[in-house]
Amino acid sequence: MTGETSTLAIVRQSVRHDSAAKHVTGQAVYIDDMPEPAGTLHVVPGWDRASVCGRILSLDLEAVRATPGVVAVLTAEDVPGTNDCSSALGDDPVLAKGEILFFGQVVFAVVATTREIARRAARKAVFEVEAATPILTPDQAAQADSMVLPDYQFGRGESAAALEAADHRLSGTFRIGGQEHFYLEGQVALASPAEDGGMHVHSSTQHPTEIQHTVAKVLGVPDALVTAEVRRMGGGFGGKESQANQWAALAAIAAARTGKPCKLRLDRDDDMIMTGKRHDFRVDWAVGYGSDGVIQATEFDFLARCGYSADLSLGVNDRTMFHSDSSYFYPQATIRSRRLKTNTCSNTAFRGFGGPQGMVAAERMMEAIAISLGEDALSVRKRNFYTAERNLTPYGMPVEEHEVLHDLVAQLEASSDYWVRREKVRAFNQHNAVLKKGLALTPVKFGISFTLKHLNQAGALVHLYTDGSVQLNHGGTEMGQGLYTKVAQVVAEELGVTLDRVRITATNTSKVPNTAPTAASSGTDLNGMAARIAARTIRDRLVAFLSERHECPAEAILFRDNKVIVADQAFSLAQVAKEAHMGRVHLSDAGFYATPKITWDRETATGRPFFYFAYGAACAEVTIDTMTGEMTVDRVDLLHDVGHSLNPAIDIGQIEGGFVQGMGWLTTEELVWDDKGRLRTHAPSTYKIPTASDIPADFRVRLYESKGNPQETIYRSKAVGEPPVMLANAVYCAIHDAVASLAPGEVPDLNAPTTPEEILRAVRLQRAKAHRTVAASAPAPVSDSGETD
Amino acid sequence: MRESIRFLRKGEVVEVSDVAPTATVLDYLRLTCGATGTKEGCAEGDCGACTVAIGRLIDGKLVYQPVNSCIQLLGQLDGAELVTVEDLAQDDRLHPVQQAMADLHGSQCGFCTPGFIMTLFCLYHAEGQSKSRATVTEWLAGNLCRCTGYRPIVEAALQACFDEADDAFTWRGRDTAARLAQLDDGRDVLIGDGESFFASPASLEGLGALYGQHPDATLVAGATDVGLWITKHLKSLPKVIWLGRIAGLDRVEETASGVLVGATATFAACEAAMTRLSPDLGALWKRIGSRQVRASGTVGGNIANGSPIGDSPPALIALGATLELQSHHGDRTLPLEDFFIDYGRQDRGAGEFVTGLFVPRPAADQVFRCYKISKRFDQDISAVMGAFLFTLEGARITAARIAFGGMAGTPKRAIGAEAALVGATVEDPATWTEALKAIQSDYTPLSDMRASAEYRAETARALLAKALMEAGGTEAAQLRLRGAEKPAGSSTLEAAE
Repeated sequence: MTGETSTLAIVRQSVRHDSAAKHVTGQAVYIDDMPEPAGTLHVVPGWDRASVCGRILSLDLEAVRATPGVVAVLTAEDVPGTNDCSSALGDDPVLAKGEILFFGQVVFAVVATTREIARRAARKAVFEVEAATPILTPDQAAQADSMVLPDYQFGRGESAAALEAADHRLSGTFRIGGQEHFYLEGQVALASPAEDGGMHVHSSTQHPTEIQHTVAKVLGVPDALVTAEVRRMGGGFGGKESQANQWAALAAIAAARTGKPCKLRLDRDDDMIMTGKRHDFRVDWAVGYGSDGVIQATEFDFLARCGYSADLSLGVNDRTMFHSDSSYFYPQATIRSRRLKTNTCSNTAFRGFGGPQGMVAAERMMEAIAISLGEDALSVRKRNFYTAERNLTPYGMPVEEHEVLHDLVAQLEASSDYWVRREKVRAFNQHNAVLKKGLALTPVKFGISFTLKHLNQAGALVHLYTDGSVQLNHGGTEMGQGLYTKVAQVVAEELGVTLDRVRITATNTSKVPNTAPTAASSGTDLNGMAARIAARTIRDRLVAFLSERHECPAEAILFRDNKVIVADQAFSLAQVAKEAHMGRVHLSDAGFYATPKITWDRETATGRPFFYFAYGAACAEVTIDTMTGEMTVDRVDLLHDVGHSLNPAIDIGQIEGGFVQGMGWLTTEELVWDDKGRLRTHAPSTYKIPTASDIPADFRVRLYESKGNPQETIYRSKAVGEPPVMLANAVYCAIHDAVASLAPGEVPDLNAPTTPEEILRAVRLQRAKAHRTVAASAPAPVSDSGETD
Repeated sequence: MRESIRFLRKGEVVEVSDVAPTATVLDYLRLTCGATGTKEGCAEGDCGACTVAIGRLIDGKLVYQPVNSCIQLLGQLDGAELVTVEDLAQDDRLHPVQQAMADLHGSQCGFCTPGFIMTLFCLYHAEGQSKSRATVTEWLAGNLCRCTGYRPIVEAALQACFDEADDAFTWRGRDTAARLAQLDDGRDVLIGDGESFFASPASLEGLGALYGQHPDATLVAGATDVGLWITKHLKSLPKVIWLGRIAGLDRVEETASGVLVGATATFAACEAAMTRLSPDLGALWKRIGSRQVRASGTVGGNIANGSPIGDSPPALIALGATLELQSHHGDRTLPLEDFFIDYGRQDRGAGEFVTGLFVPRPAADQVFRCYKISKRFDQDISAVMGAFLFTLEGARITAARIAFGGMAGTPKRAIGAEAALVGATVEDPATWTEALKAIQSDYTPLSDMRASAEYRAETARALLAKALMEAGGTEAAQLRLRGAEKPAGSSTLEAAE
């Protein structure tokens, strides 16, 4: 396989997104843009704006029903099948019955002739709810032992004893905020009744198979009667992996009830209030280390706010645990996780899937060790990196590419001019009283594969037509990440055709069934491989046919530039396809791929959860204003490992976009619930994702010159969807570094997100520590961080 | 009286006679015309996915401005040219901004892209823009993208938007201008009946008469706030009077003593005058909403509806601005701070409307500073907005006007701190102590999703100290993260050496 690169025509090229021209002209069709079938009705969910949790004593829907234009009002009783839209555990009612569990839970749905009528009518319901005391925070839930799933832990050795015996110890509590996906296209589904009780559903989903299954389940019909389809999403980021189910289910129930096509598109506010987000955490950590900063033992307690139901919290929290090592070897470690149940929306997948929280906790620990030793954090990080000898993760999987980690970080260290800038930062901070700079260089090591083993499979369907054109379908969904483009490149490469000959078709459960969600960064790895298998099968059949017909060896047949070279003759692929068809050769194939090597057993916490790791590193420089807590990111250097890239431009796009999204999570994106448990930041006016001016003025992004993925992945590339999110940990650490400069040797108390208010709080505490250090005799102010030495 | 609105689209005059008072441009495009290229992202004018370009004659010249179509009333299109993302490509040839966005990988999911394209289209046609990243990011502050991280979009803008405009819109620009001039017929517009109407009087007299007759009507200037009442609060507004066509009401007059801003002058229209009045005020102006919001939103409207979302009033109050109101009982003028009585309550009688605002120019012996603190730098609503006008005799403060937003239910002056500063000197921080203490008792701020009361109180004190430090000669570069534009492609560290 290693010789492939030199002969490649289409793979490795920075071809632009297949829909680029349609995006820029407004011709790309999203579900709400599709011409509505005649008689389409509109569904709007109804909920109690006054309640967070409690028993529903009564629900008066008379005024809703009486509104002219309202065709039907649906409640839990109207669900023909099972009233559940959860991925697995049966704890997500489509329509709540008897009890409200969080602010924004859907209790009824209005079906009306226009969306406007349905929206107005939905607000006319009169609720009587016996309010109960909600459990809102991880602390409250932990106190009450309120859990959606059992606790889980793994680790190595006797960490408690090792901590006790360590040369130095540090511990602390770190709070990490959640994150709203803010996909630009909100949740939307259009369900059209089909013959024999069937249903065709267009859904903006990352998981069409689950939409199919959910709709079948709520309608009480076999899966085979339901088709789910999605051409493109206006962004997903994990927010449409399980969270699209409810809206497709409601549209389908309404369509089954009324016999009309029914569309449901959520308001932005409803969307942000009702759907789950990135989990927020309280992390209690402790570390023992030597005078060289090398970790001897560590313990993490991850307390996650999961919300009112389990959703995908099992996998998310497992991944947090898997990534609490970042890139560091922990000789002895105990990683504990609690999946806490709260009366808030059900937190879900979000790009990184729990990994970012685990990793940023590890990075904060590294900063703390370095500060307490008076060392540079990068030096301490490097001393703790995995090596050939120290290569086992706390869950027992060997880190095979530790050399990539070392080499990549060394390259970035040089190209970012880290050490020169470290001195400049020091000088700046000496000369500036109000503004302070911080610098950090952090690594990324991200495990690629679904940790639920059975999801690591994919199917693709490739048709070669007799005019030489190709139609491609696979189970992966396009949410902007360029998956369709990359898989089309693979098929074009395999069949030796130009990209314009490959027709990309919408993901559809009737074409490729039983698919995994497009998630876990695996879209290209899985679907690219399945599509290649299908394309190769067709090509192999053509080779066999031509080899026989032209009496030439198979090796003498080449597919290239829409032509087939047979010995010294060239035919158009159309000619060959036509002849093969006349010769009764099957020109279509369904490829199937299952990721090898994965052996993780959750029960025994042993085996290999990941096929491989993706690596990266980031260097960030920030300035904070110690009077107001404001912050700017001045310069960022990123170096990221995508193996041999299938499409460098698309990969760079994922790296930059992932980094900026992660930066938003750790800086300006703050979810605020009031003390009653009502989400107060449910629109872009109050929830602030990065804008163009928030990205660093000096932003240097490069792909690591990889020797290729050592695992046999699609053209030796590496997954790129999620890992870059965690490059943003460098921004958090740089802010931490800037705050730390106010009191050398003292570990700052800085939580995420680092809003101006949070930075100013940390500055205030840090200044108090500096004061304490100077005036040692004065009584020390008590820090609420629990940082102790 | 005209009973329809008329606007240009794709080179044709479109006349619409069934304009519901609260119909939006976005719904018109998507639901009535089936033109679905323009997207709804948030329905509150914050994400920019629905951005369209509006062409109008400004001082006789055709100018394209980006507007959030989700909160723009359909009636506001009267007399304008409407350009949407579908209108740019000619005979399958992409427009230069479209081509650059596609070539440089500026779209991923593509949902925000039409909005970006339209803002870039306006930048492409804008004159006198310096080619820099700062120019681009300021133009793009009202367009959110969740996929790309913006870098390729900024590059596409730099590549496509700074050469002389040369597209179908410039080629037919003269014709467009002539047709827009024709549409401006100076007639009152009223669509509907006495119970429910969209009206657009062409003169102050017409407004006075109509509003006198219908004091329950909703006056709309830019609709950047009223639009949300419609899309978010589902408020019924049966009677809408749009002020945008009233002759002369949008005047911006600069004199030696100050700037007179007519009630319907947009933030965009008076930006240059405000910047000349004070660089700090100009910098603040660029952070009010976004290009889209400033192209529609008016200073008068922002004040008149008493929106708690007002970043400009504290600055205007500190500068000593006065407000002019008119009704059929006559005219009156009052200090701006007196207009804001309480949260959601203003000193505006039935049938009374704002006609203008006068902002005095700081004198030679005065120093003006203002600071906006928000979670995000661009297009955010301030947690704390502080504005300071010090009158100096040498280094000694002889008078101070201080106003804050975000510290009370209304923009409010810091009377205690103002008094305590008289006699203090900007060079000696020891003389500031009383004022810094006083500002604590001047306000009782609240906690909300933008900031806690504690943070607000602490920051108010810090901003007063900052203003005094700057007045005392400390360089802004040592006190401000953003202000002086950083050179692209270089670390700020060089500046520190």
